[in-house]
Amino acid sequence: MWKKVALALIILVIGGVVGLFVFKSEPRLNKNFEAEGSFFKNHPFRLGLDLSGGSHLIYKADISGVPGGEIADSMDALRDVIERRVNLFGVSEPIVQVQGGGFISGGEHQLIVDLPGITDVEKATEMIGQTPLLEFKIERPKDQPITIKPDPDGKIDPDVLQAQQFAETELTGRYLQKATLEFDQNTREPMVSLQFDDTGTKLFAEITKNNIGKMVAIYLDSSPISTPVVREEIPNGQAVISGSFTPTEAKLLVGRLNSGALPVPITLVSKQTIGATLGESAVAAGVKAGVIGFLLVALFLILWYRLPGLVAVLALSFYTAVLLAIFKLLPVTLSAAGIGGFIISLGMAVDANVLIFERMKEEIRNGHSIHDGIHAGFKRAWTSVRDSNTSSIITSIILFWLGTPLIKGFALTFGLGVLVSMFTAITVSRIFLFALGISKSNNLTGFLFGSGFSGAKSQNK
Amino acid sequence: MVLISVVFISVFGLKSGIEFRGGALVEVVYKDSRPSQDVLNKNLQTLNLGSVLIQPTGELGYIVKSRDLSDLEHSSLLKELTLEENVATEISFTSIGPSVGKELARKAILSIIFVVLAIIIFITYAFRKVSRPVKSWKYGIITIITLLHDIIIPTGIFTLLSHYTGAEVDTLFVLALLTILGLSVHDKIVVFDRIRENLQLNKKESFAETVGTSTQATIVRSINITLTIIFVLVPLYLFGPETTRNFSLILTIGLFFGIYSSLFFASPLLVLVEEWQKRK
Repeated sequence: MWKKVALALIILVIGGVVGLFVFKSEPRLNKNFEAEGSFFKNHPFRLGLDLSGGSHLIYKADISGVPGGEIADSMDALRDVIERRVNLFGVSEPIVQVQGGGFISGGEHQLIVDLPGITDVEKATEMIGQTPLLEFKIERPKDQPITIKPDPDGKIDPDVLQAQQFAETELTGRYLQKATLEFDQNTREPMVSLQFDDTGTKLFAEITKNNIGKMVAIYLDSSPISTPVVREEIPNGQAVISGSFTPTEAKLLVGRLNSGALPVPITLVSKQTIGATLGESAVAAGVKAGVIGFLLVALFLILWYRLPGLVAVLALSFYTAVLLAIFKLLPVTLSAAGIGGFIISLGMAVDANVLIFERMKEEIRNGHSIHDGIHAGFKRAWTSVRDSNTSSIITSIILFWLGTPLIKGFALTFGLGVLVSMFTAITVSRIFLFALGISKSNNLTGFLFGSGFSGAKSQNK
Repeated sequence: MVLISVVFISVFGLKSGIEFRGGALVEVVYKDSRPSQDVLNKNLQTLNLGSVLIQPTGELGYIVKSRDLSDLEHSSLLKELTLEENVATEISFTSIGPSVGKELARKAILSIIFVVLAIIIFITYAFRKVSRPVKSWKYGIITIITLLHDIIIPTGIFTLLSHYTGAEVDTLFVLALLTILGLSVHDKIVVFDRIRENLQLNKKESFAETVGTSTQATIVRSINITLTIIFVLVPLYLFGPETTRNFSLILTIGLFFGIYSSLFFASPLLVLVEEWQKRK
């Protein structure tokens, strides 16, 4: 008997500790949040874009130019490049993921970019879409004539003339190993210093060797940014671009050069932005709905099932605390649909208890003592709890596997909820009920274990 | 009911949302008062975006639906929505290309099919011991037939609703249907579980009687559990986020008919199958 009571107390304490963790790690609830240890601070709820505000972009990758075996590799490379570009702009916790072709997604390779806190789509797409193209060009040999057609007005376009002045070389930004920002020691002007890789170093050495005394033009995105004159051969693969940059421009250029070119061309096919205020009110509304729902269910359980109902409410509170803690620790990204899944799983958690209590009542009515009735109720209800929850888990696994991000969020919280509820609704409420140590049947216990409008007195004939 | 629902669906048709069709949705809110729809309609006509639908939302906002927009079209749309000093602030923007929409629709349909298949297989397996008098896979098939009933009715009611409110089929709608599927299977399993147990305990009773007593024994539980889930859904509908409003409504309707069908539809069907087998 004492063992059972001790076990129940242990469960209560664990529930309390878990609940305290959820409370303490939530800045919205805990007024002393700033003063808490880092363990609590590091585990807030992770909110999805629809709740925290931000942009959700889907790009389609054009893999027609990639050989079949290398698709996965180039998609990963693409993700890395985009990730670097996004990180350049200081977005907190961006998510860049690749969604493969395959049967389920209809054969398209997609890149999904989530940018929390960025609500300006134009700016976001711009910073992702930019491909810096760095080219090195040399002066056209004298013996090659420049051919320029004057436009209908008889004028000559200066850009076209300049383009004709230089000839392309093999050296491009592809062979760049690293770009760094430097400042000229005399003029304090910002410069971009380039370090080529092995191939690039060879190419650059060749170009400089053959063009001593001539100009080498450095083109960025098809426009010349710098046209230095070569003084000597440069064998170590180092070059410096000193245009008329502002420090910010130079910094941006360095970042863009370092992030590299896209291995696969991409096109934007879907974009979505959610304002932060919209998300905030959705969170508040979700929490409010959850709390009211919980209270209504608790009220119903206690009024209808009396003592076992109270036990079920305890088990349900334990369930809520554990599940919320799991959401924080894993962490599970919560979206509006995910919160919906959680709220419905509350209902499912109650389902197991209702099944058990109904069965219990029936057994007691059929002549079992209350103690035996509780035993039989748990034992007999187990098969239906097991089977119905298994089907829910199967459903949520399929949805998680197949679903779109929104459905995935729902399936995850719902599935986790069903799993946890199987433990809390059965084990926890059983421990509590037995810890009460009721074995005798009298009017009081009959009333306590009754339900609805009638008592549950044994009808011993 | 099923017939009426099918009529609704075929008469009004299901409007698929931009998620499945591709298109753009802009939600804006005005500071003090929102301009009339006519004024905005006129403004937007100059953009040549094809058919643009403007719906009021909240007290000061509008939702503008159109085909999918490029960045340029998007910013000019926002400019047109702003009337001199009455600035329209964008609070959400979605633009989905037709190919993505198709993919989402495909995934939604696929997931429904897979869930249904998995349920048949699971029920066949779970009830494998009760091969007599009705084979266990028939339990699965009966479940699916009643599930169709449970899904078609809320869909029918939804089409009627969407005809008047302009609600569209989106991922959340599919999600609601899937949840109804899940909960309704829960229910059927509980009833069938009782039949399974009683069949083993009580071999003298006729099949019809066993089904009858089993259904009766689970009635209170079925009603109570629906009540508790409705207790969480109603606040979700009344106070919950805008996005899950239709979701909770459809779910409540679906739950109601789910209970009804497991008690008065699935069990009689089982008996019917058994009698039909005897006659053969």
